[in-house]
Amino acid sequence: MPDRNSLYGPLDPAPDAGWVEAGPRMGFFTDTSVCIGCKACEVACKEWNDVPASGFDLLGMSYDNTGALTANSWRHVAFIEQPVPAGHRTPPFAGTPTDGSVSASSAAVAAGTGNPTGTEPGVPPGSADAAARMAAGPAGRDAPGGAGTQFLGMPGAQPPGRSTGVEERTDFRWLMMSDVCKHCTHAACLDVCPTGSLFRTEFGTVVVQEDICNGCGYCISACPYGVIDQREGDGRAWKCTLCYDRLGAGMTPACAQACPTESIQFGPLDELRERAAKRVAQLHERGVPEARLYGNDPTDGVGGDGAFFLLLDEPEVYGLPPDPVVTTRDLPKMWKHAGLAALAMAAAAVAVFVGGSS
Amino acid sequence: MSPDPAQVGALFRRFRKRLGAGGPARPSAQLGHGPKVGPGQAAVGSGADVAPAGAARAGPAPHPPRDVAPADRRSRRARRRGEELTVPEAEFTSYYGRPILKAPVWRWDIAAYLFTGGLAAGSSLLAAGGQLTGRPALRRAGRVTALGAVTASGYFLVHDLGRPSRFHHMLRVAKPTSPMSVGTWILTAFGPAAGLAAVAEAAPWLPERGVLGLARRALPPVGQVAGLAAAATAPALATYTGVLLAGTAVPSWHEAYPELPTIFAGSALASGAGVGLIAAPCAQAGPARRMAVAGAALELLGSHSVETRLGLLSEPYRTGKAGRLLRAGRALTAAGVVGALVGRRSRAISALSGGALLAASVATRFGIFHGGVASARDPKYTVVPQRDRVRRREAGEA
Repeated sequence: MPDRNSLYGPLDPAPDAGWVEAGPRMGFFTDTSVCIGCKACEVACKEWNDVPASGFDLLGMSYDNTGALTANSWRHVAFIEQPVPAGHRTPPFAGTPTDGSVSASSAAVAAGTGNPTGTEPGVPPGSADAAARMAAGPAGRDAPGGAGTQFLGMPGAQPPGRSTGVEERTDFRWLMMSDVCKHCTHAACLDVCPTGSLFRTEFGTVVVQEDICNGCGYCISACPYGVIDQREGDGRAWKCTLCYDRLGAGMTPACAQACPTESIQFGPLDELRERAAKRVAQLHERGVPEARLYGNDPTDGVGGDGAFFLLLDEPEVYGLPPDPVVTTRDLPKMWKHAGLAALAMAAAAVAVFVGGSS
Repeated sequence: MSPDPAQVGALFRRFRKRLGAGGPARPSAQLGHGPKVGPGQAAVGSGADVAPAGAARAGPAPHPPRDVAPADRRSRRARRRGEELTVPEAEFTSYYGRPILKAPVWRWDIAAYLFTGGLAAGSSLLAAGGQLTGRPALRRAGRVTALGAVTASGYFLVHDLGRPSRFHHMLRVAKPTSPMSVGTWILTAFGPAAGLAAVAEAAPWLPERGVLGLARRALPPVGQVAGLAAAATAPALATYTGVLLAGTAVPSWHEAYPELPTIFAGSALASGAGVGLIAAPCAQAGPARRMAVAGAALELLGSHSVETRLGLLSEPYRTGKAGRLLRAGRALTAAGVVGALVGRRSRAISALSGGALLAASVATRFGIFHGGVASARDPKYTVVPQRDRVRRREAGEA
């Protein structure tokens, strides 16, 4: 008997999927406040799971050259460099012969670069205006005197420091986050998969069975996080399995094992949620009011994520949707509208033959 | 992160409105995040003043403003296409402007399938009506078209798979939560029925004696039953595709879930009617004319709603390739309906308007398809509506 919350609402997914005597739900807690952007997780994931190379192109937007989660990158370290206001201090780089720390104009140009990842849609180009706005930093929206948003056209060809002078420099921030499949409580990819290739494991995670997937691509447009992706040539959809094979052997997933700062923490989800709440409280106490959890709430649009995050800014800064909702939440309403339209169609067909004289 | 995002947003919109009233120039890229426009600078008369006003800040600026208004590319476009002026530039944050969602990997095959699936459904309804009311021309054309269209549908669907040789994996499960699985089974029911009904049309060509003679006598009644079975499944075949598209995270498809089935039902009826108008003599084409009107009404109603009701998410349906296709679809539909009504005594005009209705259906399906794809490719359509939702929820709680 399916749960009342099968499509939406708080739920323990493994028993709902039919597992009897399922263990505790396992997941990731990624604490971005201690991430150093080393990408060991990306490498470890590729090594263990034998994921193909995803190209060595430079994206030109930041130290992130992976760009996004794809079929060939199951961990993706987002890297954000933005100017932040220096306040009333002496400009922090006074005396150094360098330019502004990041340039909105180069970000705008970089937004047009794609990465031939060998996947579809992979890492498509972005919007130049939005990239310029983003690279100019939160300063424009946060504080008076910050570097505003701008679009300067092509990147400057001047040697550092010549064009603007040191007083132009602001302080800057680095945000790093290792992104991964969220293993949602209500996983749209799994719900819409027409072959049963995607399934819920006994650990509450979501895994693609590669011997079943026929590459229909429905999961790819259903994922509210843009995680799952199709591999070119191979044709099938691929994503993080939360190292299903390692979990079965009682081991830690490769990325969490490789993380040198324990930014990626693996364990029973309940325990991770407790730990995360404590960490946020601790950060708030230490004067980091912007620390917040993302995906930890079992009442959110996807019923909470199996892999959730501690972020230091709004989720969209990291390329995460601010309020994802599983598409199948509205499925009953959608079928109702389709039923009504079908009835209207049938009625119209009857009427056109019954009515009229010719 | 802004002190009061709602208030700032309102200020920004007012600022824009005044700009729009004062001159054609629009500030574009430099107006990204919130509070750069102080209340004092809100009243700006012309585009020339944009730069200082946009750059002015509430607090002391440590250096001269760097926000120089760029040569506004969009303003030129806005002048050319008046309607785009009404769409306010959305403020949103993103990760280097990259899309959040993965755009559908479906190629044009799926858009083509939307058309052929609808055509199969519409023409099988036409065939069943012709069969029941004694209009053999409608019956024959409808049945043959339905078979052709459903065969093409099968080809398109299998061809679009990443692993076409595994198409039969669709038949491993029946999953009510997957519109594609439901559709697979609808198509599995419809296909053979439509096929049988079409094959039955070949009965008169069979010899009168022998085993084939037996088939000659047995086929017509079998065809009658199969034709009715296909027609019974047809409305489901025509409308489930609306749920298929809406059951994704693609913003402009998902939010259009109330309209998509209506549009597709109307488009299917109109294309079925098109077949009738092309194939049937004027004496038998009456129902096809009325079907054209009914289908066009449903289709125009639905697409008007999609293009206006969804706010920002209507934008992809009005601009770019999708906008052009949907406008073409609307014009062709209107032309087809007028032709069908005016040309009731002319076979040529009827056939022409039938062709227009078929073309309209193709344009509409491709328009809806491309509109959704465009909405997934731009992070704006993901972030702005979701951020609005969060703000509304927080305002409700406060």
